[in-house]
Amino acid sequence: MRFRALLLTGLVAPALASAQPPGEGRRSGFDFMGASTQAMQRDDALNPGMLWVLEGEQLWNRPVGAAGRSCASCHGNARESMRGVAARHPAFDHVLQRPADLRQRIASCRQRQLPVLPMPGEEQAQLSLEAFVGLQSRGLPLAPPPDMRLEPYRERGRALFEQRIGQLDLSCADCHDQQAGRRLGGSPIPQGHTTGYPIYRLEWQGLGSLQRRLRACMSGVRAEPLAWGSPELVELELYLAWRARGMPVETPAVRP
Amino acid sequence: MARTLIQAPSSVRRGDSFSLRVLLQHPMESGFRVGVDGQVLPRDIVRRFACSYNGERVVEVELFPAVSANPYLEFSAQATDSGTLSFEWEGDHGFVHREQRTITVT
Repeated sequence: MRFRALLLTGLVAPALASAQPPGEGRRSGFDFMGASTQAMQRDDALNPGMLWVLEGEQLWNRPVGAAGRSCASCHGNARESMRGVAARHPAFDHVLQRPADLRQRIASCRQRQLPVLPMPGEEQAQLSLEAFVGLQSRGLPLAPPPDMRLEPYRERGRALFEQRIGQLDLSCADCHDQQAGRRLGGSPIPQGHTTGYPIYRLEWQGLGSLQRRLRACMSGVRAEPLAWGSPELVELELYLAWRARGMPVETPAVRP
Repeated sequence: MARTLIQAPSSVRRGDSFSLRVLLQHPMESGFRVGVDGQVLPRDIVRRFACSYNGERVVEVELFPAVSANPYLEFSAQATDSGTLSFEWEGDHGFVHREQRTITVT
């Protein structure tokens, strides 16, 4: 079975197959955390991310717009209809005609179907919906779709991952592929697998998206962060999802 | 409206002690930070938390600016009679939030 899966990925993405870190030895950021932070993520009563999930569930069911419809009007019970959805994103969006991450998919669906205007930036409501939908995939393996249309975008994402940027002249790969497990200052460098987004980050004292995390890393190496929702960020997300494929979803994860 | 996660048992045996865990969504803005406009962000914290069990005080907590956002508290109570647990948070700018849970003692 495993052989077959490998063969399949080989067919879909010959270019990427060689650029992968070995399947063995991949570790979630969870493994790099202290015991108390791990306990915080394991226990839903302790995990502050669940507060956003709670809000997301309310938003899912709340009728809005002129037609008075909600997400639930079309998608019904999210526990069934949204199971595994977060694990498949970013995916190719037929309306936008380009890849979109989960947040963009939710926003564009709400804009078309309800209709309500998309919420810009780090709007809490949008994060809450993303966290609620993400939770329905918790424990399932990340499964980027084997969609040939995504291939050029994912390849560009990999180039971005490996490109040195900023005054510190570092690429994502410099730290998260080559130095993972070592320390930067006092903090361990994780392998950078995108298994738990949106995450509750203790440093942020709140829930934040993968785009926020990526932008924070970019300003960390003193580069100009890519714009919110830019196609380049989604390309990076695509590559990261591919890089973490098969690892279990942890949403909403807690990170230091 | 503030959101809370409360873990309280719905039934306990008489005489047993049980633990209560409460998590409140709140920014706990310390009053020492500077915003993007260069102005100091006004303090906005929860100052007091109290839990009562059938009107009797179980615990009362004072909170200060050093407490992190979304404060989590864990404490225990002893089951005497069936009744109501009430939780109350009070803070700056007239912030008040109340929650109740019923508990059955067997």
